[in-house]
Amino acid sequence: MIEVKNVVKKFGDFTAVDNISFKVNKGEIFAFLGPNGAGKTTSIKMLTTLLKPTSGEVFLNGHNVTENPDETRKSFGIVFQDPSLDNELTAYENMQFHAILYGVKKEVYKKRIVDLLKMVELYDRKDSFVKTFSGGMKRRLEIARGLLHHPTVLFLDEPTIGLDPQTRNHIWTYINELNKKEGVTIFFTTHHMEEVERIAKRVAIIDHGKILIDGTIEEIIKKAGKESLEDAFISLTGSTIRDEKANIGKNQMRINSKLMR
Amino acid sequence: MNAIYILWLRQLKRFIRKKASIVGAIGQPIIFLLAFGFGLSPVFAKAGAGNYIQFLAPGIIVMTVLFTSIFTGLEIIWDKQFGFLKETFVAPVPRYQILLGKVLGGATVAMAQGFLVFIITLFAGFRPVNWLSLPLAFLYIFLVAFLSSALGASIAARLEDMQGFPLIFNFVVQPLFYLSGAIFPLQNLPAALNFVTKINPFSYGVDGLRFAFSGVNIFSPFLSIAVLMGVSLIIIGFGVYQFKKVQL
Repeated sequence: MIEVKNVVKKFGDFTAVDNISFKVNKGEIFAFLGPNGAGKTTSIKMLTTLLKPTSGEVFLNGHNVTENPDETRKSFGIVFQDPSLDNELTAYENMQFHAILYGVKKEVYKKRIVDLLKMVELYDRKDSFVKTFSGGMKRRLEIARGLLHHPTVLFLDEPTIGLDPQTRNHIWTYINELNKKEGVTIFFTTHHMEEVERIAKRVAIIDHGKILIDGTIEEIIKKAGKESLEDAFISLTGSTIRDEKANIGKNQMRINSKLMR
Repeated sequence: MNAIYILWLRQLKRFIRKKASIVGAIGQPIIFLLAFGFGLSPVFAKAGAGNYIQFLAPGIIVMTVLFTSIFTGLEIIWDKQFGFLKETFVAPVPRYQILLGKVLGGATVAMAQGFLVFIITLFAGFRPVNWLSLPLAFLYIFLVAFLSSALGASIAARLEDMQGFPLIFNFVVQPLFYLSGAIFPLQNLPAALNFVTKINPFSYGVDGLRFAFSGVNIFSPFLSIAVLMGVSLIIIGFGVYQFKKVQL
């Protein structure tokens, strides 16, 4: 479903992603882990056509991502790390905007939007402006929106960041069901190891732009010779604290942190 | 096509919902109309150039359209900062359609704003000589709106934040307006100023609109249309190129 071959991404002389290769199979739930600034978001951006790799190839649903971006874009849905909703539109309008942009037919999207909004329990707020929503509600709306065009792959970049345990639990239950019922391939990043242990089939750990290890959770724990995934993660990536987001401008960070409040 | 439509509709919805900015955008034209219009009227008449309000009104309408369009074009920077541009850019829509949707949305909003100011100029004593040429006037207004909206969007494509905004406003937008013949006639100017006004596409917009409203013109009305359309095409081409290069 996803195939990454020798991908490198450089920003000037800083190598954000350094020759990574991995595969994600159809219908799999795949966790992409790493400390802050390890290259997770940059990798996701390359997988989703927002950034061009400096070298290497990415295939998604059989399409070469750089050569055939439009076909690739039809195949996936994405929930970004930072909010990407229009606050001046209502929840329904945000969904409708997405549906039309993706060429979903009116008779299809009318029903689908209702179903999805019910699924994320926002149907009664469908006509409220997104600016009145809490962080968790926005996240749920973004997940619903990412599913609107029936993607075969769903990317989730830290979907549960800053959310309370109840909302997190909700979101993972939806995602798990979605994978079981509709066979959607899930590719996600997170810092919560218990979330990984709960739903992921396979895991890759990235640090300093390089993939350190990939395999099932059991394999990784075994190889690292530790008791839990969290211990394995720390022993592999070291215990020093990282700078946040090495490749994003200070200004963008300031805005993001404002939005998260 | 549907993508262009929904992008256009979004701009319109955002415009209608921001009542304060609609009113705010009328403030400047009113001040110009009152201060310049009535203030310079006696001098203008003494110089034998006729009724200044009659001369100024088309210029004020172009000013409104120009400023509003550039602002809506620059809204792309907000979309970038608030993350919404990512949502638009990962969609299976060619970048030229995204740009066209934005530009047409911005142009429509600016035309609406320009129409409001047109009504206000009527209260100030402005009278179109021939009401039948009103559709022609709207064609010129549309061309000016499209051109400036495309200009705003193309500039915004490569800007990361609003910090560059005063630079653009003071060194691009203001000169385009002041050197367009909106507030003074383009005849008998010093050579340098004459040259600058002739290469400013907005001079042709102002002149064309003045022709449609009052039948007075310096440039051929067809030349004006051709210049506005030609420059718009170049800027759209440049904008598409910029949009394709954007990485988020």
